Amino acid sequence: MKSVVAEQLVKTYKSGNVRALDGLSLDVEEGTVLSVLGPNGAGKTTVVRILATLLAPDSGSATVGGIDVVRSPEKVREIIGLSGQYAALDEVLTGWDNLVMFGRLYHLSKKQAELRATELLERFSLTDSARRSIKTYSGGMRRRLDLAASLIVRPKVLFLDEPTTGLDPRGRQEMWGVIEELVTDGVTLLLTTQYLDEADQLADDIIVVDHGKVIARGTSDALKKQIGGEQLHVVVEQSNIAATMEIVAKVSQANVLLDEGLRRISAPVTTGSSALIDVLRLLDGVGIHPLDIALQRPSLDDVFMSLTGHAAEESVAAAEGKKMGKRSRK
Amino acid sequence: MKRPLTDALIITRRQLLLLRRVPEVLIFSTIQPVMFVLLFRYVFGGSITAGMPGGYVQFLMPGIFVQTVAFTLAGTASGVAEDMTKGLIDRYRSLPIARSALVFGKTLGDSTLNIVVLMTMGAAGYIVGWRPTSGLAKVLLAFLFLLAFGYSLSWIGIFIGLIAKDVRTVQNMSFLVTFPLTFLSNAFAPTTGMPRALQYFAEWNPVSTMVAATRELFGLKNSFGVTAGSFPSQHPLTMSFIYMIAIVMFFVPISVNKYKNVAKR
Ligand SMILES: Nc1ncnc2c1ncn2[C@@H]1O[C@H](COP(=O)(O)OP(=O)(O)OP(=O)(O)O)[C@@H](O)[C@H]1O
Ligand SMILES: [Mg+2]
Repeated sequence: MKSVVAEQLVKTYKSGNVRALDGLSLDVEEGTVLSVLGPNGAGKTTVVRILATLLAPDSGSATVGGIDVVRSPEKVREIIGLSGQYAALDEVLTGWDNLVMFGRLYHLSKKQAELRATELLERFSLTDSARRSIKTYSGGMRRRLDLAASLIVRPKVLFLDEPTTGLDPRGRQEMWGVIEELVTDGVTLLLTTQYLDEADQLADDIIVVDHGKVIARGTSDALKKQIGGEQLHVVVEQSNIAATMEIVAKVSQANVLLDEGLRRISAPVTTGSSALIDVLRLLDGVGIHPLDIALQRPSLDDVFMSLTGHAAEESVAAAEGKKMGKRSRK
Repeated sequence: MKRPLTDALIITRRQLLLLRRVPEVLIFSTIQPVMFVLLFRYVFGGSITAGMPGGYVQFLMPGIFVQTVAFTLAGTASGVAEDMTKGLIDRYRSLPIARSALVFGKTLGDSTLNIVVLMTMGAAGYIVGWRPTSGLAKVLLAFLFLLAFGYSLSWIGIFIGLIAKDVRTVQNMSFLVTFPLTFLSNAFAPTTGMPRALQYFAEWNPVSTMVAATRELFGLKNSFGVTAGSFPSQHPLTMSFIYMIAIVMFFVPISVNKYKNVAKR
């Protein structure tokens, strides 16, 4: 059964005239993990906010647990948990206060709320800081508490918007552990991420989103296959780039990408080492001697590269600036 | 499954918890009005006192009570604005609670703060010689009336907090609302000394009708200039009541509505 279904979602923000979602569809099988992978501005937060009933789509429809998010948002809210991109906590209150208050707002009795708060603080290793104001928490602690707050009533469907952005490697590992545990417990999870290894690690299914559209979907393995078995990389002198690209294209029969800074030409190949030999022979025929040539098993980075025409890591760096801008609004 | 009142009360508790976690808020919200009492009583009091029964302090205290209650509007507004900008609002909106619970809870919480503030000011007033002459029942009624006025104004605060883009703007907007209202009024001096046009404004000003009403409830007679005989001067209590109801009827629906839409912007 599908726990989450979105069909042809369109959302345009009036301010800025941005078409954040441009006919995006997705679905998540009950008890599985879908990762929405995309660079900054892809529309990840927008789709999460629509599914979590915080935002109404301009057109298209979506159901969560079989319930329509536009028509019955209140019912949806009773079965979902959301941990947004920025921790949504009461900064002045303590970790304990936050969990108890949200528990009460989830209609738990005082006793139940306190019991649940104790459990969750324990589980997320926050017991020691439970009585401190959130203001004194590190980014990782905030993130964990925010996730804890979204688990108070054991949601059937959980939305996590970039759960590990801004965490150090150890914090990420910890968060991954927590998420994997949740999934073992049977929650249906939709998580967004800019990190390919994160999607690879946590998700059963991945959709790659760019400019509000799904540009690829499948399991991590399927996506790797989709762009061919392996990547061929050739580095040449500046003056030989054009000719080399032509040759690589002829051998690969697929999209050829150029990293201008590295003067590196890359393309997926399906014939393995014989493709390498072909390219070398053709290059030799026109008198080009590559500085470097290699055959590489594809990573999800390559998937992303070939699908969006730009590297994921690059857009992460470029968008850090944008994010700071967003934050300064606070 | 919705329990708007319980949910609102949980938010109210949160407001009170905030006061416990950040006692400075409570201290500053009481110190400021107490300073006003002392300032007007001892610094200006000497020159404005002329011919007032019981001295200027009797005249002054109702004015300061109303002013203080009016100024808490700014606190409500910045509290709301802060919640709106910190992403916290998303959490509330994804909870299965009535959308009105948050704003209702906040107004109730701020009214509770007003109780503490008014009590402290009453005590400070008593120390510097304020003695209402109307009896306990009427004094209590006056305080209830002040709380009700504060409550209605807190809805204006909610609205400002929702429409302002950041906390700085909130402070400016709250100032723009409360400052002219409290100073172009009868709160600190009789309006009889004002230019004619201002007297009309001052007498119809809700702050003035509130001050006049509380003065009556504390057992003091009001004096009027050109507007003597006008409806607000004759029936300040009724007029204040009408204002409060009008404010609530106007600002509750638009604030609740604004709150529902706010995360969509
Ligand atoms: N409130 C808003 N008003 C105007 N434009 C917006 C608003 N929110 C998002 N956008 C725009 O919509 C597009 C999609 O934004 P969204 O936040 O969904 O992206 P994202 O994939 O979550 O990005 P990030 O990785 O930076 O969080 C972006 O171009 C963004 O600038
Ligand atoms: Mg985002």
